[in-house]
Amino acid sequence: MPPPEPLLEVRGLRCGYGRIEAVKGVDLEVREGEIAALVGANGAGKTTLLRAISGVLPIRAGSIRFAGEPIEGLRPHERVAHGIVQVPEGRQLFAPLSVEDNLRLGAFRRGRERTEANLARVFALFPQLAERRDVPAGALSGGQQQMCAIGRALMAGPRLLLLDEPSMGLAPTLVEQILATVARLRGEGVTVLLVEQNAVAALSLADRGWVLETGRIAHAGSGRALLDDPAVKAAYLGL
Amino acid sequence: MVELVQLLFAGLTTGAVYALVALGFTLIFQASEVVNFAQGEFVMLGGMVTVFAMKAGLPLPLAALLAVLVAVATGLLLHRLAIEPAKGATVVTLIIVTIGASILIRGLAQIVFDKQFHALPAFTGDEPIRLLGAAILPQSLWVLGGAAAIVLGLWLFMERTLLGKAVRATAANRLAAELVGIDTRVVLALAFAVSAAIGAVGGILVTPITLTSYAVGTLLALKGFAAAMLGGIGNPVGAVVGGLLLGLLESFAAGWISSTYKDGVAFLVILLVLFALPQGLLGRRAVERV
Ligand SMILES: Nc1ncnc2c1ncn2[C@@H]1O[C@H](COP(=O)(O)OP(=O)(O)O)[C@@H](O)[C@H]1O
Ligand SMILES: [Mg+2]
Repeated sequence: MPPPEPLLEVRGLRCGYGRIEAVKGVDLEVREGEIAALVGANGAGKTTLLRAISGVLPIRAGSIRFAGEPIEGLRPHERVAHGIVQVPEGRQLFAPLSVEDNLRLGAFRRGRERTEANLARVFALFPQLAERRDVPAGALSGGQQQMCAIGRALMAGPRLLLLDEPSMGLAPTLVEQILATVARLRGEGVTVLLVEQNAVAALSLADRGWVLETGRIAHAGSGRALLDDPAVKAAYLGL
Repeated sequence: MVELVQLLFAGLTTGAVYALVALGFTLIFQASEVVNFAQGEFVMLGGMVTVFAMKAGLPLPLAALLAVLVAVATGLLLHRLAIEPAKGATVVTLIIVTIGASILIRGLAQIVFDKQFHALPAFTGDEPIRLLGAAILPQSLWVLGGAAAIVLGLWLFMERTLLGKAVRATAANRLAAELVGIDTRVVLALAFAVSAAIGAVGGILVTPITLTSYAVGTLLALKGFAAAMLGGIGNPVGAVVGGLLLGLLESFAAGWISSTYKDGVAFLVILLVLFALPQGLLGRRAVERV
């Protein structure tokens, strides 16, 4: 059987800020049902790449296809409607709004019934959020903020979830909890593109991965293969 | 005592109009960080279109509705033709754009209408109401009641509806708003439309008391801006408090000192706020939102 068409297919992508080209021709593909991990040092261009996929940063060259269709021409809200949903770096919650409002806004493009069903699902996944549903999101602890950010993204009913450094700034037990959640989401049919500086944790979880170095893919392979690659080990895994 | 009540009501009435202008400033500023100096023109359009539509034979309610629609259309055009293309421009550039737009709107109004002052009949007669010995115009109550209804309606919209929450979300974090699927361009257009409608209603309510002409927008924009600064720009409660306070200050300055200085009060407030209280009475956010 030929492999199915990838859910996300990025070809020759270039983008950046002013005179800085932060992503210099990246190819990658993510298949339905996978966890894919993109790792690399601070400043490698991981966040920039995710911004381009979500459409909040214009691309300069290359193509992005989602479920077989080109999406470069779509505006960010249209990409969300197609199922591309991002949990941005640093959470980016609506700080003055309540936890529940943050979550409901995640379902901005959804109908009322789906919203209620998804809300129940998110509260079941993160019971701590249910307890604090009326608190302004800005008043949550770091771990709860990350839960709220992931919950908000799940409210949209993503086909592809882009996660930008979900473990950043969290204590180890919380990191484990968040990563366990990611693994669980795959079980529920969500495809995940996980960006992490915490390369060992991300690659251990991933079906496939890439190492990004100053805007270019330096290594690609299955998560396992990358973990075992001596060059990757030396440079990124501190092993 | 009688004089006090009289000045109090006069001050609250003009203050309510300043509050509406300031609220319009706040709404657009929150959604986009644009300081819209064309805000006063919406008030002008509210009054002037109503006057001329009534001259053409429309009854007051229809004339008022038409005026609101004209103001909303103007607001949407302003957003589409002047603000949207200048996306990413600096704050100062955008201010100049809105000042330019206000000059254009005023110029067009002068051509379409005329250069005279015009009045509207009071909605429910001119027979003053006696209150603690003072004579209160019934139209004052229309202005105060109308402004209160608008403030309440806007509050309900922002706090209770998903679309209102989307506006607040865009104000709080534009990037995140786009990432949850909010079309921030539509939110901004909505902010312009609602601001225009609020301004126009203010203009319609107050014209029976103050008269109107093609040129009243400039001073109103300035005073609304002073009120918004006084309350803390970007804060809707501050806008209302600042507007009422500025109206009272003007009224008492005119009554106790001299009416010559009335319009100077707003300038004095702007200067004092800039020097002594840059965040305004209720403001604190400006720095917070990186
Ligand atoms: N808003 C911005 N303006 C200008 N340069 C930026 C901006 N954001 C990121 N960069 C630059 O782009 C490069 C890639 O950054 P980023 O994508 O954030 O990396 P990563 O997420 O891998 O840490 C870096 O050199 C960074 O300094
Ligand atoms: Mg990053």
